[in-house]
Amino acid sequence: MSSQTSEGSGSFAGLAADDRVAAQLYTDPEIFDWEMEKIFYSTWVWVAHESEIPEAGSFKMSHIGLQPVIVNRDRKGNFNVLLNRCRHRGASVCEVPKGKANGFTCPYHSWSYSLEGNLRGIPYPDGYEGVAEKKDLPLQRLRVESYNGLIFATFKTDIEPLSDFLGDAKIWIDRFMKQGAGYPVKVQGEHKFRFDGNWKIQLENTTDGYHFPIVHRSWMASVDAETADMLSFMTDEMAVTHALGNGHSVAVMVPDHVDLEDDDGTEELQERFRHIIDELSETMPQDQVRRIIRSMHGAGYNLNLFPNLSLSMSFFRVLRPISVNETEIQHMALGLDGGPESVNRERLRIHEHFQGPFGFGTSDDSEAWDRVQRGAVANPEMPILVNRGLGREETVDEGWKTSHVTDETGMRESYAMWKRMMGNDN
Amino acid sequence: MTTETAPEVASIDNRPTPDTYEPGLGQLAQPLVGRAIELIWREGQLLDDKKYEEWQTLYTADGKYIIPVDPDTDDFDSSLNMVYDDARMRHMRVTRLVQGYSMSAVAAARTSRTIARFTVEDLAEDTVTLRSAQVLVGFKRDKFQVLGADLTHRIRFEGDDARIELKVIRLVNSDAAVNASGFLL
Repeated sequence: MSSQTSEGSGSFAGLAADDRVAAQLYTDPEIFDWEMEKIFYSTWVWVAHESEIPEAGSFKMSHIGLQPVIVNRDRKGNFNVLLNRCRHRGASVCEVPKGKANGFTCPYHSWSYSLEGNLRGIPYPDGYEGVAEKKDLPLQRLRVESYNGLIFATFKTDIEPLSDFLGDAKIWIDRFMKQGAGYPVKVQGEHKFRFDGNWKIQLENTTDGYHFPIVHRSWMASVDAETADMLSFMTDEMAVTHALGNGHSVAVMVPDHVDLEDDDGTEELQERFRHIIDELSETMPQDQVRRIIRSMHGAGYNLNLFPNLSLSMSFFRVLRPISVNETEIQHMALGLDGGPESVNRERLRIHEHFQGPFGFGTSDDSEAWDRVQRGAVANPEMPILVNRGLGREETVDEGWKTSHVTDETGMRESYAMWKRMMGNDN
Repeated sequence: MTTETAPEVASIDNRPTPDTYEPGLGQLAQPLVGRAIELIWREGQLLDDKKYEEWQTLYTADGKYIIPVDPDTDDFDSSLNMVYDDARMRHMRVTRLVQGYSMSAVAAARTSRTIARFTVEDLAEDTVTLRSAQVLVGFKRDKFQVLGADLTHRIRFEGDDARIELKVIRLVNSDAAVNASGFLL
């Protein structure tokens, strides 16, 4: 596991083994640059949820790796992902994080583009006669596909369809969206923060059940006993992590809430939601009240989609690499589109309690990740261990490598994909 | 193409005449306002000193402490906030910050904050609402952090007693990345 970075991109794959990776993966800027090329610019990257761009003309700014993009919905209802870069002299054509527009006009020389990215207008066009044609200069459009509300884009025209890339993760995406309890899931708001560490430190954390009672002890101490019980998975044999292929994995923390439609009626609804149960029961049948209340904490698992999205219980975690030692995280709170106001408000309060820069959970996670980056520079050739649970890992009927949720099966899956992509000659 | 001279440009003013602005000066001299400012500065000192248990006693029983994400909203209930604390949440937050289980609180930056630019937004018999600007400098592991914010405090008076009924901290970067911290604003 020595440094092979000077020998070219293909040799990076040697830095990741089945049960360990070199700490250089967190610290080497050259590896980071190649990750942008070989991972972020070579596969499907999540850019938006449908609910963020609900109408014709709705747009949001997003990123693929280091590159700024605009995601929008055009009048035909299609999603477009455009590089946020004027074809003239490179200025960004949009600096409004989210909104509605008929198109995008560069502020520098007023070149204007349609929602589809077509160049519509150039002021004083006579200077371009015989020099340039508008049809040749659209905003660069990326390939876009969506699955169950999740919009992904890629620079690559020749890679597999999104559906194939997601593979068995689709089963878990479908289950995740059931927390809408009959309503579509919508993004209600988001927290954003940065930490001084490599993006893969956060990628690993999403399926790291092992850290939970330690890093989040202060959060556990602050919630009601029922919620704390719900997340007491350390010795629960049903709490497992599955490797789903293509770098994706799922960590099941609340086995009874894997499929929220699956309800034998024995689970007592949490008393903390009594005021909402009473309110909803005035107008709703009991089974629907149960659906909504059982979904309040979201699905019973974190689904890690390689490389940048996680569907984590009741929110989306989006990671954005900034540099080898800086990463931006968004935590998007989810709610029920058209659902009861009181339910959506309660979901916001649950989100605020754990997530965000002042959340009882996030601030401690962030501190732990900073500490990994600080420590990993001490002999960066010394391996990072991801071998926990290797001795008890099994393959279940679905073909998924599976071990306890406190084991590092999910991280091994991520790094197997990392190794595959970093070794590719694409 | 002709170009206007500077005096010609200066003479062109097609803007509507602005409404008369009433700056409402003179209120800082009101005794309640002086007491409110004193309380706000006392609060800042307790927070910089991380004396959170004393700090929470500055609030009324129904007092709210809010760090919103949306710079424009006053409907905190229906919005995602960074902090939206009533007495119960505030109490849990203080417990978390002082009990020693939270690694970010244990390793929190040292802070020093300056609160200035006070304006009186509302002055009633027993309530004063003040806006101010806060610049907080934090230092942790060889790095400085600056957090700028617009503060709104609503202070309620009962005889000699003064408590914070509402504090809204609007960070200048509230809707961008705000780095996770182990201290309070």
